Amino acid sequence: MERDVAVLGVGQTKFGSHPDKTLPELFAEAFFEAFDSSNIELRDIEAIYFGNFVGEITDGAANLGGFIADEIGLRGIPAYRFEGACASSSVAFRDAYLAVKHGIYDCVLVGGAEKLYSAGTPIGTRALATALDSAYEVNSGLTFPGVFALIARLYAKTYDIPLEKLREKIAHVSVKNHKYGAMNPKAQFYNKFGDLKVEDVLNSRMICSPLTLFDCCPMTDGASAVIIATADFAKDRIDEPIYVRGAGQASAGSLFRQKWDVVKALPRKRSAEMAYREARMTPKDIDVAFVHDCFTIAEVIATEAMGFFEYGKGADAVEEGLTWADGEIPVNPDGGLIGKGHPVGATGTAQIYSAVKLLRGELDFVKIDAETAITDTLGGDFGTLVNVILSVHRR
Amino acid sequence: MFKDFFSALMGGKLIGAKCKDCEEITCPPKSTCNRCGSRNLEIVELSGKGKVVSYTATYVAPLGYDGEVPYVVAIVELDEGAWIVGRLDVDAEKADKDDLIGKRVEVYGKEFPTEQFYPDKQRRVVPMFRLVE
Repeated sequence: MERDVAVLGVGQTKFGSHPDKTLPELFAEAFFEAFDSSNIELRDIEAIYFGNFVGEITDGAANLGGFIADEIGLRGIPAYRFEGACASSSVAFRDAYLAVKHGIYDCVLVGGAEKLYSAGTPIGTRALATALDSAYEVNSGLTFPGVFALIARLYAKTYDIPLEKLREKIAHVSVKNHKYGAMNPKAQFYNKFGDLKVEDVLNSRMICSPLTLFDCCPMTDGASAVIIATADFAKDRIDEPIYVRGAGQASAGSLFRQKWDVVKALPRKRSAEMAYREARMTPKDIDVAFVHDCFTIAEVIATEAMGFFEYGKGADAVEEGLTWADGEIPVNPDGGLIGKGHPVGATGTAQIYSAVKLLRGELDFVKIDAETAITDTLGGDFGTLVNVILSVHRR
Repeated sequence: MFKDFFSALMGGKLIGAKCKDCEEITCPPKSTCNRCGSRNLEIVELSGKGKVVSYTATYVAPLGYDGEVPYVVAIVELDEGAWIVGRLDVDAEKADKDDLIGKRVEVYGKEFPTEQFYPDKQRRVVPMFRLVE
């Protein structure tokens, strides 16, 4: 029998630099916040679904399930480590959700941790590139900024927008997300870049043309955690369970093998449609979206593939203010990956953290009335896509 | 398999996998057809000619590639239809100044030192794209 599923407590470390902590120590900090706001006993947690991308490279650490469980005092229960590049903890979340929904467990812990800032940019850039085609993309020295730089040019060509015009339009994503990131006390860029201008984005250091430093999200250390359970279990323990109404996931191979599909992010369309179908919703039912803005252009194509704007209109939408907090569909009002930071394996459940906080009216630095939110996490060059729909309403 | 592709490239041949069911050319070859998923494939030599569909001048490189910056990574659409990733044989300044999309190119292989994470532990071969008139 299928059961309704709800989120109880959520936790997130400050994003930024944590060279003084191991991955399990960093995760414990996020877990304690989630646990302390869940009104449950430690023994209620039956399993751990943990996302991490490159612990082997940054910290020489693998087999993390057991070490995480032990660190937080939950030794003995099943503990899984999930890897789906930047979507690692979203993949973990969807599997945890399915396990609770279908009666495998009643209450589980989901989360992730990553330490890319502490690894330094050269190792961090190489570690991130492991999410590309190892033989046929990385050999040329392709990087993630490079992937989205390639996509930016394809986008400009597809929709016949002069490249310089497109650069200006997508720079608004950086301006917007830095504005909210600067207001978010848990963001890597809290109190920084809050009044960034389009010219600052255009004139910052070129990373992979046409994308500059401010078109890119930063390297980040951080962790996040959420506790989910059956809706019946949750409503007996907390006042405001947030219900998981649907989740979708899709996959694809190397960027170059997807050809023109990359501009339309077809795996994301498939994943989002799976989530909408399960929730019996359409994009019009969504009040706020937390999407994978690893680069400015990435947010634009995400908002199109998820159905908020027609293909080719996403860049106009951010320029016209439609995705700002007071717009028709606020996107990344927590700062997104660009303003808040991107601790890869922790990013998916950090989006859930912000969504849940906002739906509970606890994201006090930005004013948005919302009852339903969607998250969107992208792993690799469209290799792994996950979307999750959350609502204050059980049905 | 991937080593066969790069060995052929260093020998002056670009190879692909032709699907005997749907005619699609998959390049570099993989275990199944990139369009229909068929295993009914034969290795064929391709023209090695195509046009630039996208590119980026890279100024920040991963560990193991930092000595090579700036370099220009490109996607080329081969005349047989497949897209492949490689490096454009032009300097970054020119790539940023001119619009190279749609320009005709020829593919050749170039050997670089391997690095600790690359799957070929002997060498790293990069498909290079030379602009042609």
